[in-house]
Amino acid sequence: MTNVLELRGITKRFPGVLANDKVDITLREGKILALLGENGAGKTTLMNILYGLYKPDEGQIFVRGQEVDIQSPNDAIARGIGMVHQHFMLVPVMTVTENVMLGVEPTKNGVFLDHDKVADRIREISDQYGLEVDPHAYIKDLPVGIQQRVEIIKVLYRQADILILDEPTAVLTPQEVEGLFRILQTLIDKGKSIIFITHKLKEVMNAADDITVLRLGRIVGSIDPKDATPEILASMMVGRDVNLVVMKQPAKPGEDVLKVNDLYVRDERKNMTVNGVSFDVCKGEVLGVAGVQGNGQTELVYALTGLLPVESGEIYLSGTAIHNKSPRTILEHGVAHIPEDRQRHGLILSFPIYDNMMLCTYYEAPFAKGVSLQENVIQNNAETLVKQYDVRTPNIYVNASALSGGNQQKVIVAREFSRPIQLLIASQPTRGLDVGSIEYIHNQIIKKRDEGTGVLLVSSELDEILALSDRIAVMYKGQIMDVLDAKNANKDNLGLLMAGVHPSESTQKEERLP
Amino acid sequence: MTTTTTTPPVGHVIPISTRKSQTLYGFVLIGVGLLIFLLFGLDTEAGVTTTFGMNLVGSEAVTIPNIIVPSQATVFLMAAVAVFIGAFHLSRGIRSLGVVLGVIALTFIIAFLTWAAQDKSFNLTGMISSSFVRATPIALAALCGVVSERAGVINIGIEGIMLLSAQVAVVAATVTQNLWIGLLMAILAGALIAALHAFLVIRFKVDQIVSGVAINIVGAGTTSFISSRFLERATDTLNNSGTFPIIKIPLLSKIPVLGPTLFENNIIVYLMVFLVIALHLMLFRTPWGLRTRAVGEHPKAADTLGVNVHLVRYINVILGGMIAGIGGAYFTIGSVGRFDEIMTAGKGFIGLAAMIFGKWNPIGAFASSLIFGFADSLQVKLQILRVPIPSEFLLMAPYIVTMIILTGVVGRAIPPAADGQPYEK
Repeated sequence: MTNVLELRGITKRFPGVLANDKVDITLREGKILALLGENGAGKTTLMNILYGLYKPDEGQIFVRGQEVDIQSPNDAIARGIGMVHQHFMLVPVMTVTENVMLGVEPTKNGVFLDHDKVADRIREISDQYGLEVDPHAYIKDLPVGIQQRVEIIKVLYRQADILILDEPTAVLTPQEVEGLFRILQTLIDKGKSIIFITHKLKEVMNAADDITVLRLGRIVGSIDPKDATPEILASMMVGRDVNLVVMKQPAKPGEDVLKVNDLYVRDERKNMTVNGVSFDVCKGEVLGVAGVQGNGQTELVYALTGLLPVESGEIYLSGTAIHNKSPRTILEHGVAHIPEDRQRHGLILSFPIYDNMMLCTYYEAPFAKGVSLQENVIQNNAETLVKQYDVRTPNIYVNASALSGGNQQKVIVAREFSRPIQLLIASQPTRGLDVGSIEYIHNQIIKKRDEGTGVLLVSSELDEILALSDRIAVMYKGQIMDVLDAKNANKDNLGLLMAGVHPSESTQKEERLP
Repeated sequence: MTTTTTTPPVGHVIPISTRKSQTLYGFVLIGVGLLIFLLFGLDTEAGVTTTFGMNLVGSEAVTIPNIIVPSQATVFLMAAVAVFIGAFHLSRGIRSLGVVLGVIALTFIIAFLTWAAQDKSFNLTGMISSSFVRATPIALAALCGVVSERAGVINIGIEGIMLLSAQVAVVAATVTQNLWIGLLMAILAGALIAALHAFLVIRFKVDQIVSGVAINIVGAGTTSFISSRFLERATDTLNNSGTFPIIKIPLLSKIPVLGPTLFENNIIVYLMVFLVIALHLMLFRTPWGLRTRAVGEHPKAADTLGVNVHLVRYINVILGGMIAGIGGAYFTIGSVGRFDEIMTAGKGFIGLAAMIFGKWNPIGAFASSLIFGFADSLQVKLQILRVPIPSEFLLMAPYIVTMIILTGVVGRAIPPAADGQPYEK
């Protein structure tokens, strides 16, 4: 068996960071290599080097045994390397055909674009690899799963035989993930080789032939999927033993703390994105809201926290109506918010940590006295919280922008948990965090729950929802498909609900399209 | 995945006439009808006629009879039409907002002209053909904007580029006694200034608005200085080029109304028409166009497919500058044969408005340029008619139309997604 691709001693330095440190990687022909690592481990940097978007400071790349010099994506494409990026590289206002031909446009008479020729080729590829798509559809009208197919077609159209997929499952439902894995298998059967980048442990064990783990820019080791367990992989990724299972006692739900009645909300572009949602959250329980991103979860949270106006419907917090109240009023009623975009809504990045630690109570005693801020009190408060919540920072005077994602999140958690709250709204609380920070945030959320706080957890990570929730609501197209007891929920029935199908309906349909 | 998860394709036609706008435009139409009645109807004498001249002196077109209408009856009819359509729109609703706006504009303009020219004669063909000519520099400015912004670079320095190239054109043409060299030098000047803009905003990522404003200020300052310091003292040797001759296209120029408008023009006007069509085809049918649009919408995507984002942007901004250079040449060697200070009079900015109104399409930009050209030419004709409106107000017409169109009619035009954003890997 030959090695189609070999990276030897790849080193890449960014100012102040060693992104890749003498990395060696081998891809065997006709195999799937999973590149596993936490965010910031250097996986994407490595692949961008391979694809010619970055230039390595040291190291060699061999394609089929021959050393190659990859200066630009064009060089990579010429060597048969194709990349499916984590954030799709598709122009939304153009058709599938236009997106596929961009950069290698065939012409009629040497002048005008030959759409038909490309469309025919797309159909051929579709048939060959089971990647069904309408060549004349506009990208913006296609669901993400199909957009991903277009990305793969783009790569195949350029006759790549080495495919790099960067976090391809991040935006998919569990069923779409299965479909993707079937496609990958077809590609392997037709002789392609694949590098698959991910931080999700279970996917790796299902799909990969080889696993290589990266940590802090270095190769930790390679392992055969047959010998791997999630625990082993996690400890390789993090460098210490990690407790993957959140330890929690059964919930002791009390009375309702949040009650939402037939809520309608429009997003910033005035589209109705929350379409008649009703649910309640009790004291001392975690209600998980699952769903593929963009099904109204963001707008629901914005409405609950006063960031978007409510079109109609009611929101009650322990009996008090809080719909269309100002964010401050809502916060003062004891609502804590961990926003999904922590850098935009959770922190002021250019402010020091101590100011970020009191953003929602700065105007009250003890932080303010009359019109003046009490710097001593503010800084003491920050010192205490930094210790209590284990924020890893040189001191409290550095700007929030200097912290890592995990520590930024800890600042938010510290601020929100340090005031009396009855409801915690946590939106994608561990997005982009490393396994260690995830463990910490999860434990904090459960701790709050056990203290009697109601928790609304919005997440697109099913593992997170399943690990923390006592009840699970699934959102699809602005509505709640169903609310399941966590005991009865699993990836299959949640996945179907996330795709807008009630599991009872789907039992008749045995065969599902990829 | 099951078929149920497929989102229904989003329709491309967005229902513009929502109920709110239906009520609004219904009342606007009725208001316009009443306005026509009050402003023009009551001021029109009974029994007087308005003559719309359909022939142009010196034109080769076949002569057709002029249109003579009773003034008062026509104005009243227009008022009635506006009120009727308004009521119809309120009760039933007219699908296309364009039709509604068209009726508003048309009834008002016909009534206005009938009133203004009561008991007199008004040359309609003359106005239409002068609208077309006056739309030329606006359309060229708009095309410059389209080419540049489609690739993601905002160029608000078009006014300055046109002013500079207008001066370069006339001086070069006068000195060499050759209009073609004047045109060529204008194109070259446009390219150079645009290249400077491109260099600043692409290479050094200078704010695109700031760079554009700087070009405008430099353009106005430099040309005014050169004009007062040199050109005014040596008009005959530096600032008297003559203009491109009118080229009458055989046969086609004989068509009434259309002939004098479209087929009796100088080379720059023909060049503008050619560029509109050519750029439209190029933008939507050629690899260059596909890459341009991709770079303006999602430069990173283009980059990952091996398209050189910066190169595409350089080419387009410079190409736009060349087009604006032609637009500049129009002012001097294409129309009056000499340079006057600040003679572009905001046409570059109006061109940007036309680009937006035309939704960043060459043909759309051209069509909206015609509207601005019409407002411009109307203003001139009305001054000749000695309408009882102060000429200062009439001079405002093109700019007022610009503001109305930009604020009211366009609504939300969607620019290329990466418009104005520097690209960094």
